[in-house]
Amino acid sequence: MAGRNIRGQVAIVGIGESTYYKRGQSPDSEFKLCIDAIRHACRDAGIDPRTIDGFSSYSDDRNDAMRISNALNMHELNYSVMQWGGGGGGVMAAVANGAAGIAAGYCDRVVVHRALAQGQFGRFGQAQEMPVAPGEYGHVMPYGVMSAAQLFVFRITRYMHEHQVGQEALRAIAMASYHHAQNNPRAVMQGKPLTEQKYDESRYITEPLHLFDCCQENDGAAALVLMSAEEAADITDRPVYLLGAAMGSAPQQGAESGGISYHNAPDFATSNFKTLAPKAYARAGITPADIDLVQSYENFTGGVLMAMIEHGLCQPEEANEFFVPENLIVGGRMPLNTSGGNLAECYMHGLELVVEGTRQLRGESVNQVENARHCLCIGGPMVGPASTLILGSDRGE
Amino acid sequence: MSQDNQQNWVLPAGLPGPVPSSEGLGAEFWQGTLDHKLLIQRCNSCRQWQWGPEIICRSCGSEELGYEETRGEGTLYSWQRSWYPVHPSLKESLPYLVVLVELADAPGVRMIGNLVGDPEQEFAIGDRVFAVFEDHPGDTPYTLVQWQRG
Repeated sequence: MAGRNIRGQVAIVGIGESTYYKRGQSPDSEFKLCIDAIRHACRDAGIDPRTIDGFSSYSDDRNDAMRISNALNMHELNYSVMQWGGGGGGVMAAVANGAAGIAAGYCDRVVVHRALAQGQFGRFGQAQEMPVAPGEYGHVMPYGVMSAAQLFVFRITRYMHEHQVGQEALRAIAMASYHHAQNNPRAVMQGKPLTEQKYDESRYITEPLHLFDCCQENDGAAALVLMSAEEAADITDRPVYLLGAAMGSAPQQGAESGGISYHNAPDFATSNFKTLAPKAYARAGITPADIDLVQSYENFTGGVLMAMIEHGLCQPEEANEFFVPENLIVGGRMPLNTSGGNLAECYMHGLELVVEGTRQLRGESVNQVENARHCLCIGGPMVGPASTLILGSDRGE
Repeated sequence: MSQDNQQNWVLPAGLPGPVPSSEGLGAEFWQGTLDHKLLIQRCNSCRQWQWGPEIICRSCGSEELGYEETRGEGTLYSWQRSWYPVHPSLKESLPYLVVLVELADAPGVRMIGNLVGDPEQEFAIGDRVFAVFEDHPGDTPYTLVQWQRG
């Protein structure tokens, strides 16, 4: 079968966001935020929303493709896909799945979207009221392990133990995000800089994770418009290409993220990118040395550290030297989360990271990395299925 | 449910209790804990232990699975000390310790439980622990497996 590679076939031509809010602060419903983000992305692309003909999302997004297509009065709906499970692990897969629909010829203009109003629909940081804990979670929740932080932190603690990673490495990741957010007027945490002292003195959520190691809870929406590289060339001089992507899981990583079989994974202290990262690089035709900057989903800082290492950006033994703030901010060795990301811009379930990666490769970020050509975008670490994506300012060789 | 009993619990009443999956997976384990036995799923064909329970053996594919008793001893593999009340009933019981324990006689099997004793106690990954059974009587009684150092 010829041409079984996504490299350079599809481009991001439009990016859009709603206003980003602290959880519960949005005056608008989640669906309105979703529509706002999609319309902004279409305006950015210079296309009529009625000409969109496909949708791709993840994490059981509540904003149904049929409702959106009706609301936007779309001429046709030709594609609608949802990545299985994995929460924020699905974000880069949603972009890749959208592109796959275009490459396969099922559709022409795909919107990738995610809207999340935690004020309207309940917080991620608190357990849902459940009278009993069934199956996989029956071995976890009765012991007070209920939030995402608690379900994933055993892996971080074990990784830090196996590789002697210090708390300062986690702190550096939080500080880079907050540093970048200070320049970003969209960022919920603009005007709230983070210092080493403020981090060290912040309360623990669950040790070793401080408050600032954990993502925010927000209301907002983000969207992308994808089309074929050929059509993109007709409407923009700044297309951003998908060079490579991968989605899935290493073996035996558990039946449900955070359930008891998850905690019995033979390879436990992993962000679950060991099988995926090499595939994404091979598809993109580049190596870790070609990466100019990283947007990495922060559910928790420790997961970012593990994921960047599993993407070959540093060795585990080098973590304490590599993960220092000066390396992770613009101008440093590997700029990370240049909009502030989930920690300090908005927890838009990671899709805001792809929006920022696109801005960087267009050359229009508020924290611009000079001559950025390749941006690695990493979806939620430590979950399954996970996903990863490499964007390029050119179509790849 | 007597007050005496609750005083020995690591965490207060009100957290959701365990039930088998809708397929019935895990029923033998929870029946075992009521008798203060730690039963783990094991393949009758290839003799591999596996946890959590599944309908087939992940190692050899056999459907001939059973449960066998383990000694209830292990080592601390990972841990967390939680300070945030993720559930309303935990508000007065912070912090609390949760541990991931690797069983000594069922290689590769890990279990989650609370560490018995002072939540601020000193301990380290690799410490030896043993199972303590925590009875929760009532209309639908169940028994949790907690862990104590020593």
